Amino acid sequence: MANTAAHADDHAHDDHDHKPEGFLDRWLFTTNHKDIGTLYLVFAFTMACIGAAMSVVIRAELAAPGLQHVQPYFFNQMTTLHALVMIFGAVMPAFVGLANWMIPLQIGAPDMALPRMNNWSFWIMPFAFLMLLGTLFMPGGGPAGGWTMYPPLALQGGASVAFMVFAVHMMGISSIMGAINIIATILNLRAPGVDLLKMPLFTWTWLITAFLLIAVMPVLAGAVTMLLTDKFFGTSFFNAAGGGDPVMFQHIFWFFGHPEVYIMILPAFGIVSEIIPTFARKPLFGYQAMVYAVASIAFLSFIVWAHHMFTVGMPLGGELFFMYSTMLIAIPTGVKVFNWVSTMWKGSMTFETPMLWAIGFVILFTIGGFSGLMLAIVPADFQYHDTYFVVAHFHYVLVTGAIFSIIAAIYYWWPKWTGRMVNETWGKFHFWWTMVFVNLTFFPQHFLGLAGMPRRIPDYNVAFADWNLVSSIGAFGMFLTPFMMIAIFWMSKKSGAIAPQRPWEGAHGLEWEVPSPAPHHTYTTPPVIKPGMLAHGDVTH
Amino acid sequence: MRNFGKWGLGTVLMAGCSWAFAAAERAPWQLNMHPGVTQTSHEAYQLHMLSLWVCVIIGLIVFGAMFIAMFKFRKSKGAVAATWSHNTVAETIWTIVPILILVIMAYPATKVLISEAYTNESQMTVKVTGYQWKWGYDYINWGDKPYHVRFVSKLAGDSDRTRQLRSGLDPNSVKNAQGENTYLLDVDKPLVLPTNTKVRFVITGDDVIHSWWVPALGWKSDAIPGIINDTWTNISEPGIYRGQCAELCGQDHGFMPIVVKAVPPEEFKAWLDQQEAAQAAPSNATPATPAAAPVAQQTSSAAPSNG
Repeated sequence: MANTAAHADDHAHDDHDHKPEGFLDRWLFTTNHKDIGTLYLVFAFTMACIGAAMSVVIRAELAAPGLQHVQPYFFNQMTTLHALVMIFGAVMPAFVGLANWMIPLQIGAPDMALPRMNNWSFWIMPFAFLMLLGTLFMPGGGPAGGWTMYPPLALQGGASVAFMVFAVHMMGISSIMGAINIIATILNLRAPGVDLLKMPLFTWTWLITAFLLIAVMPVLAGAVTMLLTDKFFGTSFFNAAGGGDPVMFQHIFWFFGHPEVYIMILPAFGIVSEIIPTFARKPLFGYQAMVYAVASIAFLSFIVWAHHMFTVGMPLGGELFFMYSTMLIAIPTGVKVFNWVSTMWKGSMTFETPMLWAIGFVILFTIGGFSGLMLAIVPADFQYHDTYFVVAHFHYVLVTGAIFSIIAAIYYWWPKWTGRMVNETWGKFHFWWTMVFVNLTFFPQHFLGLAGMPRRIPDYNVAFADWNLVSSIGAFGMFLTPFMMIAIFWMSKKSGAIAPQRPWEGAHGLEWEVPSPAPHHTYTTPPVIKPGMLAHGDVTH
Repeated sequence: MRNFGKWGLGTVLMAGCSWAFAAAERAPWQLNMHPGVTQTSHEAYQLHMLSLWVCVIIGLIVFGAMFIAMFKFRKSKGAVAATWSHNTVAETIWTIVPILILVIMAYPATKVLISEAYTNESQMTVKVTGYQWKWGYDYINWGDKPYHVRFVSKLAGDSDRTRQLRSGLDPNSVKNAQGENTYLLDVDKPLVLPTNTKVRFVITGDDVIHSWWVPALGWKSDAIPGIINDTWTNISEPGIYRGQCAELCGQDHGFMPIVVKAVPPEEFKAWLDQQEAAQAAPSNATPATPAAAPVAQQTSSAAPSNG
């Protein structure tokens, strides 16, 4: 204990010595993993607000039958950009931000392995999104062919095609560099005693996610480059009249796209696997099974891509293979859910805000998983495909899955980042408000899809009016939550209670062995691991 | 209805949900899929209900256990945390049991899929071509006799006027003679098909990818330029069945509906002969349809005859 305290003093000292002064030195030229993590999170939050504003345009137009607010072409720009901004601008950078902040702290490393590359990974992103969003103000408008960019439709866009392709290239470079950095950090900078099978689940899931990123981002880059040359340089990769094949694009895109889906959910599994044991005051059930389940899901993600394309006219053998492989994913995913429930079983639970979000994640993500299983059944998918049922499915896994876990993580680690506690009453209000409105938004979309409403349409028959109105009311309620978050965390930063080193009674792991707020430099010398310090790996608390 | 009761479970469950599809094709506040009017759509519906109930039951067990844990094992109730973190028996059970459940779901799905892939032994062939933003239909043959009937089907005028931005027209007042609201679901010229006939479709796109979907028939198939997909249907009941394009195809993607008018075979034959005669007569040429693209011509000649 005395040793830890001495450590803490050291770090407090570092804090005053090495934090760069001046705004540009601190933020533009930073190589500090905590500052870069903060930049990623602020950027992701900004993008989430922009994406949410676009969803409000979409839901406002869909609140009633008839076109009231926008032209269909602009509507298509909104759906396309909403997806690109939320996926590449909000969810992925938020997870990278959390990785930057937490992985070095969780494995006892002084910083990321490649700090200058870390700076570059972040700072090309704002430019990528300036280019992407800039298309909205150009003649011809932004990309309107859907975020999946299927040719030939995507090629009907004007200059926006080139801007979108270059923006995707830059996001891809950013992601690949971030992934290399995370792998290098985890494999090289673990403190002595932090064995691979004692690493926190969040670090584990990110290690696997980083390999997925390196594997598939170049595939996306190749696909969009072929779009670019088809559009501007006369090639015919995807043009049937020139001997190409439009379906080939879909195969290449989804070979990226399905692992991409797991890139956005595996770190969420990691976060929830940290939070639930903390507030159940009980070690994570089946730690190694959890690691192997994540690895199996990652492996399966490479052999299920064509379940996004059951209606393109694949041969029977292809449909059967992709149906079976997709159904298999239910098994490791089931293991994870059962293990979370078993972690709670016979625990000693309290329900602070991070725990509420984590439990909300488990329930609502599982609902998204259920609809995913239903979508795997090919003859039923012939009905579900490209309807609002699919929209409901992927918003359950992305909003109440990925984004719930990100919010849970922010509430969970915020005291460590800032040294301040969050007001529990307001945190819980934020949670319950979101629970009500997110379900109001997305649950009725299952009904709309089953009733026959296609996705990506700006207007619909009056039979669909009622559930669409409910969904829009939910979306308007959801739009208040980012502002709620700003207020809650602003209040905490200004006047929140001072956070102790270990703000959550049941929290274990190296990130809780440094003071709150975490000093600018931590673990400049590797920590000495003592019994009970680590959260995972054959432990009893 | 002839396929109902194929699976005992499905029948029981469907009885419980029958209120949901007693109504018209699309109903306000509709909650569930309709079983439709073909064997394919019934099978899709049964598989949908099977997987839905599997999910509901698993959900009740898992969420039930979670809620019991949340109420029983609270610190505020004096619960003391156990220290175990493994249970090999439990972990084995919840890996093996889901595999069995998946097999139970995969078996009927495989059978259905195999039967749906069988497009042979059709009695007629219709070629469907997706255009931005309308559908082209070619009747290739009926039995052994070739036909050359071709027309284009697009959004009906009243819907088209009403759907303009801030048109001031009320979508609720777009109704057909029966008083059914047909806003965005009506066309100038429906696709007429015979009932109780195996109809083969060959589906392609002219410009971008579209997807031809009538929920009552139970499937959708992408209409892709340069590629010809084939599929089939056999409609059991006469009636009007409505659908929409299901693949984003540009600004008017939401405004290219599909209407299938299913009539008894004798009536269909009479209609088809009349259409053939009208299109053959030079003085009575139909309005210019989009020129058949090279790929379209290729399809017409390549479409095999029935049987």
